[in-house]
Amino acid sequence: MSQTQDISKSSNIDTSKKLVLEIKDLRKSFGDTHVLNGFNLELYEGENLVVMGKSGSGKSVMIKCMVGLMQADSGSIKVMGQDVATLNQSELDELRTEIGFLFQGSALYDSMTVRENLEFPLRRHKHKLGTNSNTYDLVKEALENVGLPHTIDLMPEELSGGMKRRIALARALILKPNIILYDEPTTGLDPITSKEIIELMRRIQQQYKTSSLIITHDVDCARVVSERIILLVDGVNYIEGTYAELSTSKDEKVKAFFK
Amino acid sequence: MSSSGAIKAFFVEIGELTYFTGRFFRELFSLPFETKEFLRQCYQIGNRSILLVSVTGFIIGLVITLQTRPTLEEFGAESWMPSMVSISIIREIGPVIIALTFAGRIASGIGAELGSMRVTEQIDAMEVSGTNPFKYLVATRVLAATLMLPILVILGDAIALIGSYIIENSKGEVSFVLYFNKVFNALEFSDVIPATIKTFFFGFAIGIVGCFKGYNSKKGTSGVGLAANSAVVFSSMLLFIIDFIAVFVTDIFFEI
Repeated sequence: MSQTQDISKSSNIDTSKKLVLEIKDLRKSFGDTHVLNGFNLELYEGENLVVMGKSGSGKSVMIKCMVGLMQADSGSIKVMGQDVATLNQSELDELRTEIGFLFQGSALYDSMTVRENLEFPLRRHKHKLGTNSNTYDLVKEALENVGLPHTIDLMPEELSGGMKRRIALARALILKPNIILYDEPTTGLDPITSKEIIELMRRIQQQYKTSSLIITHDVDCARVVSERIILLVDGVNYIEGTYAELSTSKDEKVKAFFK
Repeated sequence: MSSSGAIKAFFVEIGELTYFTGRFFRELFSLPFETKEFLRQCYQIGNRSILLVSVTGFIIGLVITLQTRPTLEEFGAESWMPSMVSISIIREIGPVIIALTFAGRIASGIGAELGSMRVTEQIDAMEVSGTNPFKYLVATRVLAATLMLPILVILGDAIALIGSYIIENSKGEVSFVLYFNKVFNALEFSDVIPATIKTFFFGFAIGIVGCFKGYNSKKGTSGVGLAANSAVVFSSMLLFIIDFIAVFVTDIFFEI
């Protein structure tokens, strides 16, 4: 699409900061359905970037391509300066430790306790933390950060939807990643729990100084956490700007998201 | 789906299963090995099937003896009962029936478990946490099923013979020592070894089909049900094909 608009790109991006994630001309199709048609994105260190779009607009496909869960048809994805498409499996596994991924449905391993869920990423990559802390202390610290230390021995089926999302966030953070990808973090939660999760996301970002890419269609979530928003329409960047700019836009497609 | 479409889909699936099996062997012999998960799967797949296999084996022994005895009595050949029952159980009935029972429990269980993990993105979560989910979930389960089924079949066969002895003892007052003496006299290595070897293949087929169906489950809850169901159907069908090949090969080498 040629009408990509850029309300205030220069005013919102602090280019003095390090670029941690860069997507150029990303294309992905499933049969005759073209999901991504040349999507571009830049995420800077410590930034909270929100990508909004309708269901089925390719948001989840885009972040799955970022971590190598899907292969893009063309285009380049660079995470921490490394081109994802050129990495072998062990290099990709190592790069993935720099990325925390919060899945839409939490994706906790339901045959494991909360403790085992949090220990799982540490099994192969604890060395990355460069600490002598034992695994139990790291799990306890991660659970305390999300306010659920008492759930350590519970099974996922014993947790509420909001608690699952918090535990999943603790698991995503346990390797202290530089980037966190949130796939619809508030979907399926009641408004109060959604607010709690949004608040937790803000606090986590301040505490860990992570760069966050949030995929959502929740306007409240975008308003609270975003420093910059990209609207994804028909597989391309339709418009980009701050929440204040986009929410007052006169463009009909943009207004449809923010009314 | 038209018949040509169904045939094409069948062969596509066979091709995918072959690729999946190749990947299993590649992952199996590459480090690191998931020892803890493998032992956990041995417990889940083996230990938790003991009761089912024992009950199945016991009933096989009882039923075969009860059904066959009247015919042998007609010919005054009751003394052949232990030999006949032992050979039929050890060679064929024990391995096949126990493997079918095992397929019902394990292939469907693995298919449903991995299918639900696929649908709820748990497999994706494993991958992004830097763990190879194929090695962790598939290699361990297939290997555990391959190694556990032969042990379970030996157990089931033994219990089937005890079941047969109970009927023989109640009808003909045969002693335990005499009954099992006749059983072991009737059996040869050419009965036991090929039958045991084929159970490794049965276990492998059940594990690989269960994992294949679950790991490649389509999205949605119906996909999980379909994965579990087709894992049982496909693995049961494969058991009979393997059994036919095993009997054919045994016939060539041992001239049964």
